[in-house]
Amino acid sequence: MNLFKSKYYYKFSQNPLSIFGLVIVIGVIFLAIFAPYITPFPEHVGPFTDFANKSKPPSSTYIFGTDKIGRDIFTRCIYGYRISLTLGIVVLAIAVPIGVTMGLCAGYIGRKTELVLMRITDVFLAIPALVLALSIIGLLDRPNLFYTMIAVSMAWWPWYTRLIYNITRSIKTEGYITAAEIMGASKFHIMFKEILPNCLPSLLTKITLDLGFVILVGSSLSFLGLGAQAPTPDLGTMVAKGASMLPDTWWFSLFPGFAILIVVLGFNLVGDGLKDMFDVDV
Amino acid sequence: MSTAQYFLKRVFVSIIVFFGVSIVIFCLARLIPGDPARIALGPFATKEMVEQLRETLHLNESIFIQYKIFIQQLFQGDLGLSTYTKRPVLTDVITYFPATFELVLMSGTLMILIGMPLGILSGKFKNTFVDHIARIISLLGVVTPSFLWAIILMLLFAFWMPILPVSERMNEMLDPPKLVTGLLLVDSLIEGNFVVFKDAFLHLILPGLAIAMPAIGNVARLTRTNLSDIYEKQYIEFAKSYSFSEYKIATKYALKPASIPTVTIIGLDFAFMLGNAFLVETVFVWPGIAKYGVEVILAKDLNGIIATALIITTFFLIINMLVDFFVLLLNPRITITD
Repeated sequence: MNLFKSKYYYKFSQNPLSIFGLVIVIGVIFLAIFAPYITPFPEHVGPFTDFANKSKPPSSTYIFGTDKIGRDIFTRCIYGYRISLTLGIVVLAIAVPIGVTMGLCAGYIGRKTELVLMRITDVFLAIPALVLALSIIGLLDRPNLFYTMIAVSMAWWPWYTRLIYNITRSIKTEGYITAAEIMGASKFHIMFKEILPNCLPSLLTKITLDLGFVILVGSSLSFLGLGAQAPTPDLGTMVAKGASMLPDTWWFSLFPGFAILIVVLGFNLVGDGLKDMFDVDV
Repeated sequence: MSTAQYFLKRVFVSIIVFFGVSIVIFCLARLIPGDPARIALGPFATKEMVEQLRETLHLNESIFIQYKIFIQQLFQGDLGLSTYTKRPVLTDVITYFPATFELVLMSGTLMILIGMPLGILSGKFKNTFVDHIARIISLLGVVTPSFLWAIILMLLFAFWMPILPVSERMNEMLDPPKLVTGLLLVDSLIEGNFVVFKDAFLHLILPGLAIAMPAIGNVARLTRTNLSDIYEKQYIEFAKSYSFSEYKIATKYALKPASIPTVTIIGLDFAFMLGNAFLVETVFVWPGIAKYGVEVILAKDLNGIIATALIITTFFLIINMLVDFFVLLLNPRITITD
């Protein structure tokens, strides 16, 4: 099957913004993977100093300028994408399976399981995500990237529980589920082989949208000094370092900030495109 | 179900959730690896000091007893001592919460005042130039981190075009009004002090806007979708065929049903805004509970962290409850179906 001729791609490409988003996402992933070969000064990632070139405004050599110890901000932004994307993928790799399993169990098994699981979910949803993540990091030992990932995952899974729960509830009385039950299929089989495939369009759309938002929340945490620690080039940390030096060296903050914006925008546009393509509401 | 029953049920559910939240936060604070007393005191404290703090925090008891003590003290208004400010946490909360409350209310107002009209313009003039501009604004609102909004707004309106103040709640040169509610706008009005009122209002604009931007985008996007759906409904066609004025159709028949989904998610938007307050208050040196929260987190002050998380969540629960009642006013059918 030719992907570009399928009806799915046709629906997706109806909105030029979706294509634009896809270009951004592919571009960012490409930059992150091939960072050592693309960036002009790969050695500036670590604890490198070049005081002769410190705090240089954007120029043709340093297109985003240099920071206060002379490191190229463009290079560090590209490496920052590596951290951001890793964070997004790891967080969702933890949160999605937990949330999906809980949602399937609560929705399909029902009764007490439903009551207990959904009340727990409600409690977690009652704490604003960023506040929950912040508190968890605050309570853990010294902040680092690993703790950030754990904290954001803890705050993120309830959304998947709720999404899958709602879908499961709406399809559990369908004919094919009843048929499987009559044939004696196990609960496990029905949940993961019959119901889950029907959740995939919504799930895929939400994961795409969330990749952007997880990166946003992750960078917010590192902005507050609770994420990856120096000298790791983290976008949120870079914005925070520059924020105290406004307005003179505005490029310290603005370019890493825009770098975050671009990647979130990309995932958001692709997610919106998928929403139209699968005709789902997440 | 009658309205009163619905009301009671909603309040009851909120109280249950509040206890759930207190258990979650309490367990997080106690079950994490490492000794909370050691973390709070740092690596240089002596064994005796750690043991003494463990005693005062009741850390040697079982987790159930600890939770019981925690809840008892909570209802006596005792949240413990802050190891960061060396004051009772309750005093800190009372000092810092009003600033955040005022700021988030400002953001909520901006969210409605900017988000709704933007969405209405978009939905009314769908697929025109106005619509495209409004949609770009709301999309950028959603995808831009609020700390970046804070920095952009600060650069634009405080440094490059110095028309608005950048930090704190009011000008240091002015005398603060007598403390009544802790909300500067209200306190200055009570005193009739319009100079302070204007100053405090100007200080609120930039941080308020930075917090509200993502919510503005959300509200505008949702209003647009709903309004354009409503405009395709038969009763709008009917009203048109009766030659009701465009204005009357828009305000009386289209806007009310279109605003229900928007109002329903306003609670959720407040969750985002309360989270964003942590970022924006830090940038604008806003002396609120969120900035205090960041400080106690960095200082590993257990009581401070628990109190901040609890107060913010309680605030969010109350807002959610109010939003639900408001939705009920807009759409009384809910009581029958739910």
